[in-house]
Amino acid sequence: MQVKHTDSDTDGEEFVFETQTSTVETSRSERLRDFYEEFIYKPGLVALDDSRTLIGGVILFVFILIALIGTRVYPAPVTNQVERSLKPFETMNAPLGSNPSGTDLLAQVIHATPSMLVLVTAGAVFSTFIAVFTGTVAGYKGGRTDRVITTISDIAMSIPGLPLVMVLAVTIKPENPAVVGILLTINYWSGLGRSIRSQVLTLREESYVEASRTMGVSTRRILTKDVIPNLMPYILVNFAFAARYCIFAGVGLYYLGVLPADLANWGLQLDSAYNDYSALVGSGSEYLVIVPMIPIALLSLSLVLLAQGLDRIFNPRVRTRLAGESESIEEDDDDVVHTGGV
Amino acid sequence: MRYYAERVARSVLTVWAAVTLTFGILRLMPGGPLVQLRGQLSRRNMSPEEIENQIAVYRERLNLVDAPIHEQYIAYLSNLLQGDFGQSLKEGEPVLQLIGEALPWTVFVMTVATILIFAIAIVWGALTAYKEGSTFDKVSSVAGVLLGSIPFYVFAFILLLFLAYQNKFFPASGRMTPLTDVELTVGFIIDVLHHAALPIASVVVVQAGLQMLSMRGNSIQVLGEDYVRVARLRGLSDRRISTRYVARNAILPMYTGFLTLIGFNIGNSVILEQVFTYRGIGYVMFDALEVQDYSVLMGVFLVFTIVLVVAVLIADLTYSWVDPRVKSGDASEAY
Repeated sequence: MQVKHTDSDTDGEEFVFETQTSTVETSRSERLRDFYEEFIYKPGLVALDDSRTLIGGVILFVFILIALIGTRVYPAPVTNQVERSLKPFETMNAPLGSNPSGTDLLAQVIHATPSMLVLVTAGAVFSTFIAVFTGTVAGYKGGRTDRVITTISDIAMSIPGLPLVMVLAVTIKPENPAVVGILLTINYWSGLGRSIRSQVLTLREESYVEASRTMGVSTRRILTKDVIPNLMPYILVNFAFAARYCIFAGVGLYYLGVLPADLANWGLQLDSAYNDYSALVGSGSEYLVIVPMIPIALLSLSLVLLAQGLDRIFNPRVRTRLAGESESIEEDDDDVVHTGGV
Repeated sequence: MRYYAERVARSVLTVWAAVTLTFGILRLMPGGPLVQLRGQLSRRNMSPEEIENQIAVYRERLNLVDAPIHEQYIAYLSNLLQGDFGQSLKEGEPVLQLIGEALPWTVFVMTVATILIFAIAIVWGALTAYKEGSTFDKVSSVAGVLLGSIPFYVFAFILLLFLAYQNKFFPASGRMTPLTDVELTVGFIIDVLHHAALPIASVVVVQAGLQMLSMRGNSIQVLGEDYVRVARLRGLSDRRISTRYVARNAILPMYTGFLTLIGFNIGNSVILEQVFTYRGIGYVMFDALEVQDYSVLMGVFLVFTIVLVVAVLIADLTYSWVDPRVKSGDASEAY
């Protein structure tokens, strides 16, 4: 988040520059500038001010760097690539040690990152998109549309997520991490969709929505121009929570061996350390379990921090008193907490 | 009254959807489950006749019959309604018996865990709300976030390492000491609690923090309400205000969450029980996955769904009783 802010800082100045030179594009570049002000500059101010967003953003950025660059620089994990059962920090060949099959643990951690990030992004994008679509349409349209969508999402909500994914994974046997991500959130969207719906129920009575409706603006345009922008903060926060859920459930299912996985996978690493090498039994090989735990915990920590930071960033009350003491307004994520409790 | 009827109908619809899903999965699987099972058998050097016999046994245990698909479906539904979930493919035990033996243990662990989560969250959250902005509040919030960002199974490994393997305070696996008699004596109950302590702790520690944060948010909101200010002006004692006025109203929104969390946690038991080799229903499902025992797999999935549906149904139906301000018709909105 932080880094994105500095990146876009220059972009934003270009937008300002454009408004002065081009007259044709005025409205568009103005909109871009508004967008920059609303979504990048002001949030950036709060983000800088908020250590949670800062830490979360930095951690996430490091993971992205590992996925993009680390995998190219660091050799991929294979069995017998280094000496067997090396302890962490023993040699520089395998800084985090190796397992009893001679696989470098750091290589496993690094090379598992890209597919994990793809999985998490796919799951979060899919579930957020479906939730926003069903939630806004059901809430805005009302009537029979609402009843049908609500019934479907109610059903989806009361089927337990993890067991459902297991039953489906046995049948589908997904290999592509993006497919796994979508499968994981196959019914996660329902809770979020439900709470978006109840927010839309109040939004649809707003005078500007009513104005658009009387002017004969199409439903799609009202939803994308009037309704969804108002929900953006809430949607972004829940996007981060959905991503965290994907990590929990994804790693958990790889650990159980429900999903097919190759050598580079945190869940599989946990599984082989605990179940194959009995790493906790006290043979001094506890690090086999601890090493894959670190990226799992860090990645989900960064997402929780970002979610909480985002909540603050988009909270107008916090924003108006940028420098003020604003601890009191945060964490109204009851819904998320209940459904995301993996 | 209409609301109650609709709510119950919706629950029945949900269970029906889950049943139809399992029916569909068993038949739409690429080649069907029997093809995959046949593949397993042929790798075991069995003669063709033996394989055919075994397949016939499997077919019966899965409640698969040669009939048009709609007749199969009706037969499947009526079998389930009569409590016939098929038989375990490997052992031939009735699925329902396997589940019935394991389910109480999971319900026990997860109910105790969820009660503890909410007890801790309510007290802790109320304290942080009263001391908002203090060091205690800040440390608590950070702790809640940090704990909440660890998956419970990762925390389970940490507990196992320090409390079961390095120091032998708690057993690392099992529901009770092997070969003890199941009887209601103090010793037996202590033994069971001793074995359940780590699984319970690993769920409680990671979830209590997040629930605490939502209790804190609710309490802060209630503290700002007019009726609390009026109560203060009336000179009521702080104790009375905090228990009668603030706590009650702050806890209410968490009520639905409590029952649904039990349901979700029971669904999560697959991973938890695998880590602790705790033979509850989650472990049964894990076992079934390992050996591709489809009839057990589907049966456990259905039971999970029923448990969650019933938990949410109870939550919704009793909400108006817990919070009289909500008319039952609007209860779905208060979710």
